[in-house]
Amino acid sequence: MDPYRAAAAGTRPERRGWLSMDANLSWTTYPAGVAGSAYVCTAVSARVRARSATLTDRTVHAADAPSYVDVTGSEIVFVLIGVITVGAALLCVTSRNVVRAALWLVVALGGLVGLYLVLTAELVAIVQILIYVGAVVVLLLFGLMVTKAPIGHQPDLNTANRPVAIVVGVAAFGLLVAALIDAFRFAYLDLDVFGQGSPETIGRALFGSWVLPFEVLSVLLLAALIGAIALTRRDVGADGRR
Amino acid sequence: MHLLYPLIVSAGLFSIGLYGLLARRNLVLVLMSVELMLGAVSLNLVAFDVWLTDALRSGQVLTLMVIALTAAEVGLGLAIVLQLFRQRATSSIDDLDTLAEPR
Repeated sequence: MDPYRAAAAGTRPERRGWLSMDANLSWTTYPAGVAGSAYVCTAVSARVRARSATLTDRTVHAADAPSYVDVTGSEIVFVLIGVITVGAALLCVTSRNVVRAALWLVVALGGLVGLYLVLTAELVAIVQILIYVGAVVVLLLFGLMVTKAPIGHQPDLNTANRPVAIVVGVAAFGLLVAALIDAFRFAYLDLDVFGQGSPETIGRALFGSWVLPFEVLSVLLLAALIGAIALTRRDVGADGRR
Repeated sequence: MHLLYPLIVSAGLFSIGLYGLLARRNLVLVLMSVELMLGAVSLNLVAFDVWLTDALRSGQVLTLMVIALTAAEVGLGLAIVLQLFRQRATSSIDDLDTLAEPR
């Protein structure tokens, strides 16, 4: 049965060959590593799928999800900004120049702002510009400066773990994408709801339902501030003696 | 928009951050990789919030909290890096092996 039609009829779409590792017995014949990762992937995707099956009843099965072939304008914009974001992130972790890595981080976090805007989360986008690009990256550049990081091309910015790190990164990406495609391929966002990320909406939620966590967070920020000052003071010894 | 677009971008950012966390030698660069991973988590939170049209806006509110936590984390992390640099004159992870198993 066509999965979209199955979704519209309210029944679970039947499992098909692509990416349905729990139905694919040939995985068990692979070596232990592959079997282990397939098991993890199956377990994760089964959990996520069970959860999403209950969540999607309202959003997806009611309004039958459009096909991936009908690309909308917001999807095109999202993909373009997403490519910039991921590319800048890749350059940030592979650059051999520490200052350039920090500046690529600015591009990646700025791209994230664009993604938030496409997802209609306006307030989050503004706060992201203020705090990440304005404060965090400047703080990181300060960190590079005070640790006298050598400016310029450096051949030895990576540890000997690099091949392992590549394997872990690619495996994590593969597992995540397989599980996500399996679980959420019918989920569809409605971006036409008015003001769902506007400052007014988020402000009402933040100072209404979420005011206690918000206050706790401000205490935590104060504690972090005091901790940072206490850690970097020069006139107090390690044992608190002057 | 299909939910998969933000989710896959977010998975990519997270994996890149994971790679940087394991592969980088300079402590400040490791902190930058943590930033990337936190950005991926925030994107996921926003995407799920918009998908579920939650009345409490929990995803976006939680994203704001993650951003504040990130500021605290970077401030403290850099204070620790600075203190390490003052005592050991290095910010390279390979040299900070006092607690490691003897080879």
